[in-house]
Amino acid sequence: MGIAISMTVNGAAVSAEIDPRTLLVDFLRVNLGLTGTHVGCDTAQCGACTIHLDGRAVKACNLLALQANGAKVTTIEGLAGNGDLHPMQAAFKECHGLQCGFCTPGMVMSAIDLVQRHPGADEATIRAQLEGNLCRCTGYHNIVKAVQQGAAAMSR
Amino acid sequence: MYAVEYQKAKSATEASGLIAKSGGKALAGGQSLIAAMKLRLAQPGTLVDLAGIPELAGIRVEGGALAIGAMTRHADIASAAEVKRTIPALAALAEGIGDRQVRNMGTIGGSLANNDPAADWPAAVLGLGATVVTHKRRIAADDFFKGMYETALAADEIITAVSFPTPKKAAYAKFPNPASRFALVGVFVAQLGDGSVRVAVTGAAPSVFRAASLEAALAKSFTPDAAKAARVDAAGLNNDLHASAAYRAHLVPVIASRAVAAA
Repeated sequence: MGIAISMTVNGAAVSAEIDPRTLLVDFLRVNLGLTGTHVGCDTAQCGACTIHLDGRAVKACNLLALQANGAKVTTIEGLAGNGDLHPMQAAFKECHGLQCGFCTPGMVMSAIDLVQRHPGADEATIRAQLEGNLCRCTGYHNIVKAVQQGAAAMSR
Repeated sequence: MYAVEYQKAKSATEASGLIAKSGGKALAGGQSLIAAMKLRLAQPGTLVDLAGIPELAGIRVEGGALAIGAMTRHADIASAAEVKRTIPALAALAEGIGDRQVRNMGTIGGSLANNDPAADWPAAVLGLGATVVTHKRRIAADDFFKGMYETALAADEIITAVSFPTPKKAAYAKFPNPASRFALVGVFVAQLGDGSVRVAVTGAAPSVFRAASLEAALAKSFTPDAAKAARVDAAGLNNDLHASAAYRAHLVPVIASRAVAAA
C-alpha cells in the first residue's frame, strides 16, 4: 500500500512512505507542513499551487507526489534566505502586487520561472506567461508591475 | 484523489506488460489524466508511470523527418533548436498549449494517446501526415485518430515517438475559447515536400479531421484568400454552449487563412 518516496524540498532531503494517490500539493502541505503552497481551484486552472519541480513551474495539485520522486522541489518557503525576501517577493510587497494574497505564492513562483526564461520580459510577455495564474481580486495590474520590478532586481 | 496503485516502468515493453497485467493506464505527464481522475471521469486501478524511460525521450532530425520522443514535454518542444529550425510551426503550437505550468509537465505522447477533441497536437500530426511510432508498430496519422478520445492504440500499446515529415510550409492557428483557452477551432495547414496540401482541424468536431474543401482550394492556390473563400459544411460539427456548428463552420476557413498567412 505505502510506497517509499524521497525528494529534496527547499534544499533539505525528505523521505516518507505514502499512499500512491497522494498529490504533490498534499504531500507538501500535510506531510511536510509547508502550507505556503495553496490549493485554490484543485482543477489545475488557478495556479495557486505552483511550485518548482527541478527548476520548472508546475501545478502541484495536478501531480502525484510520486511523479516528483527523486526530484528537487522548491516552494514559496524556500525562496527567502537568511530572513531576506527573494527579490521577487520584495517586489510584490513594494508594488502591492496582491490584495487578498491567496494567489500570491503561485504568482511569485510562476514569476521567477518566467524571469529565468525571459529576463527582459515586456508587459505583454509577462501577461501571456502568467496565463496559468488567476487572481480573483483582479489585481493583475500591480502584479505585472511587481514582476517587472522583481525581474530588474533579479538581474542585479 | 481516489485510490490508485502506482508502478514505474523502465522500458516501453515493460510498461505495456504492466498495463496488460493490471488493466491500468499509462501515466505520461498526467496533465489531463490526473485532473480526469480527480473528477472520476477516469478510474484506472493502476497507473504505470512512463517518466524516465530512455527510449521515449529526445528529439532527433532523421533525414527528411523530425522525430520527437513521446515523453517530450510541450515546453521542451517549444524551445528546442532542432524543432525551431526544421518545423517552427510545431514549436509555435507547443508554446500555445495550456499554460506554462501545463507545458512544463504535459507530453506530446500523452496528448496524442488521449486525443481530446480540442487538443492541439492531433492537428499537427494529422496536418503533416506524421507517423505515430509505438513499441510495436508504426501508425499513419490518417489511421490513428478514430473518434472522440479514441485512437488506434491497443490498451497496452505505448507511443514511443512521433515522426513528422519536414514540410515546405506549415503553420497552426487557433481561436481559443475565451475562458478555457482550449481551441474552439484550431487549424493546421501544411504544404508538403511533394507540393501536396493537408489541412487538419481540431476543436470543431468530436475528433480531429481533414478539411477536404480547404485542401482542394489551397492545392490550387496556397494563399489566405483561397482559404477564406473555401466553405466547410456545418454537418457533423460540434454544437454546444461554446459555439454553434454554423459558427464553427464559419471559423474554420477564417482560422485556416490566418494559418496560411503565418506559414
